[in-house]
Amino acid sequence: MDSALHDLADYLELALGQAVLEIDRSGLELSVIVQRDTIARVLTFLRDDVNCQFAQLVDVCGADYPERPERFDVVYNLLSLTHNRRIRIKVRTDDTQPVPSVTSVFGSADWWERETWDLFGIYFVGHPDLRRILTDYGFEGHPLRKDFPLTGYVEVRYDDEQKRVVYEPVKLPQEFRTFDFLSPWEGIPSVLAGDEKAQGSDKT
Amino acid sequence: MTEHLIQNYTMNFGPQHPSAHGVLRLVLEMDGELIERADPHVGLLHRGTEKLIEYKTYLQAVHYFDRLDYVSPQNQEHAFALAVERLLGVEAPPRAQYLRTLYAELGRIGNHLFTICAFAMDIGAMTPMLWGFEERERLMEFNERVCGARLHMGYFRPGGVTQDMPAGLADDIWAWTESFQDVMKDLEALLTENRIFKQRSVDIGAIPAKDALDLGFSGPCLRASGVPWDLRKAQPYDAYDQMDFDVPVGKAGDCYDRYVVRMYEIQESLKIVRQCLERMPDGPVKVDDRKIAPPPRAEMKSSMEALIHHFKLYTEGYHVPAGETYTAVEAPKGEFGVYLVADGTNRPYRCKIRSPGFAHLAAMDYLCRGHLLADAVSVLGSLDIVFGEVDR
Repeated sequence: MDSALHDLADYLELALGQAVLEIDRSGLELSVIVQRDTIARVLTFLRDDVNCQFAQLVDVCGADYPERPERFDVVYNLLSLTHNRRIRIKVRTDDTQPVPSVTSVFGSADWWERETWDLFGIYFVGHPDLRRILTDYGFEGHPLRKDFPLTGYVEVRYDDEQKRVVYEPVKLPQEFRTFDFLSPWEGIPSVLAGDEKAQGSDKT
Repeated sequence: MTEHLIQNYTMNFGPQHPSAHGVLRLVLEMDGELIERADPHVGLLHRGTEKLIEYKTYLQAVHYFDRLDYVSPQNQEHAFALAVERLLGVEAPPRAQYLRTLYAELGRIGNHLFTICAFAMDIGAMTPMLWGFEERERLMEFNERVCGARLHMGYFRPGGVTQDMPAGLADDIWAWTESFQDVMKDLEALLTENRIFKQRSVDIGAIPAKDALDLGFSGPCLRASGVPWDLRKAQPYDAYDQMDFDVPVGKAGDCYDRYVVRMYEIQESLKIVRQCLERMPDGPVKVDDRKIAPPPRAEMKSSMEALIHHFKLYTEGYHVPAGETYTAVEAPKGEFGVYLVADGTNRPYRCKIRSPGFAHLAAMDYLCRGHLLADAVSVLGSLDIVFGEVDR
């Protein structure tokens, strides 16, 4: 991460105060986790503040981490054309807690929030028209959740007698195969067995 | 003369309509012939690409990107390859960077040719389609000669490209850039000052810069509104920082400006193609790390280690260190981004695809409101929508 992004991170920490939960400066890109309820205020600040000027909301998407208590991330990627910078804002939520919609701040959020609702089941409060967008009419479930199987639950076929498309439970002629490549043999631990004794004896 | 009370009615445009550029169901609320509200229903081509990628290795995932925007497949692969390289912390060797830049620009020319000609056909001009596709066929021949596939190339991979250019291809591309100028002149003569073409596109679907930014526009659609923003210039990747080219910018942001910007972009792309061919360095075309890029075929016949590397790469693949990145490229349609979350295994944990067409189509309501029904076709054609990337 370059120094300009470091400065921006410090600035945001000061300016947003309580709203910021965590700032990740470890990677190449700046990523900030903010409080869920403040997201609209934070994005408005980032858009309008003269040091930020993130005029474009490039993308909104979800990510699922089922092992966490608040399992979902909602990720907002912003772009500043004036400063030629990107920033990533995240809020955390679970399948019952709604996230405030940012459609009033950025018009482009409209469809992306619909998509996030469709694929993850994250509810956005204040969205003007929160319908499913990518999946079929009358689809059940949220397919990008980690507990949704890759094969899905239903398959469609054209029924010649009924003259329409019918839904049936998925029948696989062959079991779905996933290969686990996480080998227990993988990699040599940095400390070999017995080495810790040698290091221990140095200290004594 | 008796007065009639006309009520609004809704009309279905698509899902199978020649001007819908694929499978778009556009529900239009009409007041006579004026559009009151446009509600695009997308997702009819949804294939669950993002979910599928979570179950594939990084190398297998490359090929899903060809199938998103099937008009310019290499530009999508480019974004994914750069994202994975960023997480791996490797950089492709110079020759690979030049090859990628060269093919990304050929992809851009092919895409713009397709868009301009399909747009022209949507609003009544048949000939450009026939002439333009002949040249697009040449471009697909170049694709075939470099990687074996005409459309779904699988050519740009994390760490470089699959293979080097065959002998003689560079000369043929150069010769094509010269003969192609005649076709461009013909296309311009047919369209740019054509009265019917202008009547159907000037002042139709205009969007000012402020609204274009707010609605997430990018690429030629944003530049047509007068915002000089191009990721190839602003955040250069691969060999773009060594290229000399201009960024054409429009004024009115209407359908005609979007067409003109694309026409100029083809000329700029040709400049980049020639510069790439002129300055193409020698050297390897993939990183010299056998844990990421496979060994040459000949080496596998004699080296046991190379054979093991090959086997491991094509079964297990490589492990990408945990981290996340949002990497974007200037695809022909706009900013194509990949938000990639890696968890240290051989498969992406989450791969969100940010397609430019999705944001552009979301603005259909804004652009069509108050226009005639026939203008909806014009707007749709000028936005350059391909449903492979919108529906994913």
